Amino acid sequence: MNVLEIENVTKRFGGLVAINRLDIDVKESSISSIIGPNGAGKTTLFNCITGFYKPEEGDISFYGKSLRKLPPDKITSLGISRTYQNIRLFANMTTLENILVGQHPLLKSTTIEAVIHTPRYRDEEESALEEARRLLNFVGLSGFGDFVAKNLPYGAQRRLEIARSLASKPKLLLLDEPTAGMNPQETDEMTLFIKNLRDNLGITILLIEHDMRVVMGISETITVIDYGTKIAEGTPAEIQRNKRVIEAYLGRGAASGLSLVQEQGSEEADGNA
Amino acid sequence: MTINIKSFFDRILPLSLRANPWFRSGLLALVYLFFLILPTFKFPQNAFVIRVIGYTVLYIILGLGLNIQIGFAGLLDLGYVAFYAIGAYTYALLASGQFDVHLSFWLVLPIAGIIAAVAGVLIGLPVLRMRGDYLAIVTLGFGEIVRILATNLKKITQGSQGIIGIDSPILYYPAFKATFPFFNGWGRLELDSGTHFYYLLLIFLVLVLFVTNRLNHSRVGRAWIALREDEDVAQMMGINTTFYKLLAFGVGAMIGGFGGAIFAAWQGSIFPDNFNLFVSINIICIIIIGGLGSIPGVVVGSLALITLPDVLRQFSDYRTILFGLLLVIMMIARPEGFLPAQRGKMEKKKGEAVIVAETGEEGA
Repeated sequence: MNVLEIENVTKRFGGLVAINRLDIDVKESSISSIIGPNGAGKTTLFNCITGFYKPEEGDISFYGKSLRKLPPDKITSLGISRTYQNIRLFANMTTLENILVGQHPLLKSTTIEAVIHTPRYRDEEESALEEARRLLNFVGLSGFGDFVAKNLPYGAQRRLEIARSLASKPKLLLLDEPTAGMNPQETDEMTLFIKNLRDNLGITILLIEHDMRVVMGISETITVIDYGTKIAEGTPAEIQRNKRVIEAYLGRGAASGLSLVQEQGSEEADGNA
Repeated sequence: MTINIKSFFDRILPLSLRANPWFRSGLLALVYLFFLILPTFKFPQNAFVIRVIGYTVLYIILGLGLNIQIGFAGLLDLGYVAFYAIGAYTYALLASGQFDVHLSFWLVLPIAGIIAAVAGVLIGLPVLRMRGDYLAIVTLGFGEIVRILATNLKKITQGSQGIIGIDSPILYYPAFKATFPFFNGWGRLELDSGTHFYYLLLIFLVLVLFVTNRLNHSRVGRAWIALREDEDVAQMMGINTTFYKLLAFGVGAMIGGFGGAIFAAWQGSIFPDNFNLFVSINIICIIIIGGLGSIPGVVVGSLALITLPDVLRQFSDYRTILFGLLLVIMMIARPEGFLPAQRGKMEKKKGEAVIVAETGEEGA
C-alpha cells in the first residue's frame, strides 16, 4: 500500500522550474531515499509535501487523502513529520519543551483549561511530560532535558530534532540530510537509528541524503532527481549502475571514464575467476 | 562583563532553600502582607508613595499584557497603548455625564476587556502574514489612529478637552451584625481615594499574574514561544499559527483594556494625550529591561522605569541623566534584561532529587 503518492507535481519559482512533473510513490513501512545534486529540488519537494509550498500542478496524497489544500499544521496532524537540513530547533526552549511542542497536535486541552487547571488538563500535561521523558531517553539524551536547546552539542541537536518530530506520532517521517556534518561513527549510529525507527515502530521513512554509504545501506527504493525531474528510480544496486545518475553527478566525460573503469574492473574480476 | 546574579544570590540564599516551595510561598505571602498593610502606616508623603506604587502596579499589569504579545509570541506590537485607550474610553463613555450613561464599574470592566480583545483580534487579522519590522510599523500606526480618533471625534470624546467627571466605582459589600441572621443589608463604598485603587490594582495584579503564569507554563505558552522562536517550524509542529497569534493579540489586548478601564476610573478624567506613543514605548522598555518573556522581569522593569524616576524626583535636575546612566549600566551588565526568562526544569519528576544541569548560559 502506498503511504504517499506524488503525482505529476510541478513547482515553479517565477521562471525557474524547481520540480518538473515528478511522480513518486512511497510504500508503507519502507525506507526510501531521494538523492540528487545540489539544487535538484529535493528540499523543495519536502516543502511541497509538508504544505509549506503549494505546487502549481499535480497532487500529493497521503493514505489517499489529498494534501493540496491543507496548511502545514493540518498536514502534521494527519501524521507527517519532518526534520530540517540545517537544524531548526526552538533555540531558547529546553530540550524537553522542544519535544512537548512536538506533541502539540496530540494535546486537546483548551486555553481556558490551561488557566483553571482542570483534572483533564493535569492528566494530559503529566502524560505528555512522561512521554517526552521517554522520547528523550529513546534518542539517548537523558540528562539533557533541562538544557536550553541552543547549548546542546551538534549531534545531540540532530537527535533532538528527530525526537521532536517523533513526538507527534507520525506515520511518515521526512528526514532532510539526517547525517549532515556527522563523523563516520556518528553516521553509522544514525543509520542504525533510522533503521530501528522503521523496524521497531513501523514508521515509513523518506530521506534526503548525500552520504552514499547511508543511502545505499538502508534504502529499499532510491529516486534520483536532477533539475527537478526524476532521472532514475530503483533499488540501490540498480541506481549504482545507472548511467544517467553517474552523468548527473559527475558530468558526461567522467561518466564515460567511470564506465570504462567499471568495465576494466569486471574484466579483471573475470580474469581472476 | 556580565554580572552573574545567580552566583550572587546563591551566596545570600542557598539554592536548596530557594527551591523549597514552602519557603517560596511563605516569602511571597510576606511580600503581599507588606503591601496589604502598607497604606495603614503613617509616614510622610504617604499619599504620594501609595500613588507611585499604584502607578507601578498599573504598569506591571500593562507590561504583563504586552509581554504576552512581544515576550511570548514574538509579535512586536508598538501600538499597545491603543488597547489601553480603548479600555479607558469604554469606561469613560459608559460611566460619566458624557452620554449620561452610568453603568456599574463591575459591569463595564469586562466589557472594556472584551472590546479591547476584539480590537486586538481585528488588528491581528490583517497583519497575520507580517513579521518583525513590518508588524511593528502597522501596530505603531494603529496606536496613533486610536489616539487621533480620540482627539478628533469631538462629539463622542470631547476631543482634547477630554472626558471629565467619570464615575467612581461603587463597591457593595455584605454588612453583618452580631445577632442572627447576621446579615445586615449591603454596605456601599465609593472607591475614590488613591488607597482604594491601590487595593483594586493589587488584587487585579494577582489575578493577571496568575493567568499569565499559568498560560506561560501550558501548551498555549509553549505554542507561543515556539511561534516566537521559529514561526515556520512551529506551524510544521502542528501549531495553528493563525489561532495562536490572534489569541496572543486578544489576551494581551484584553489585559490592556482592563488596565485602561481601571485607569479611567482612578483618574476620574481622561484626555487623548494620556494615550500617546510614549506609553507604548515605556511599556516596551519595561519588558526589555526586565527580560523578554520573563514575568518577574516585568515586575523589575516596572520598578526600574516607573518607580525609580519618581524616587529620583528629589534630584530633579539630574533625574534624567541619572536614569539614563542607570539604563546604560544595566544594558552593559545584563544585556538580556535584568531577569531573563527561565524555562521550567522538568526532567526529574517532582520529589526526585533535583540535579541542576549547568547550562553554561551565564558564561560563569
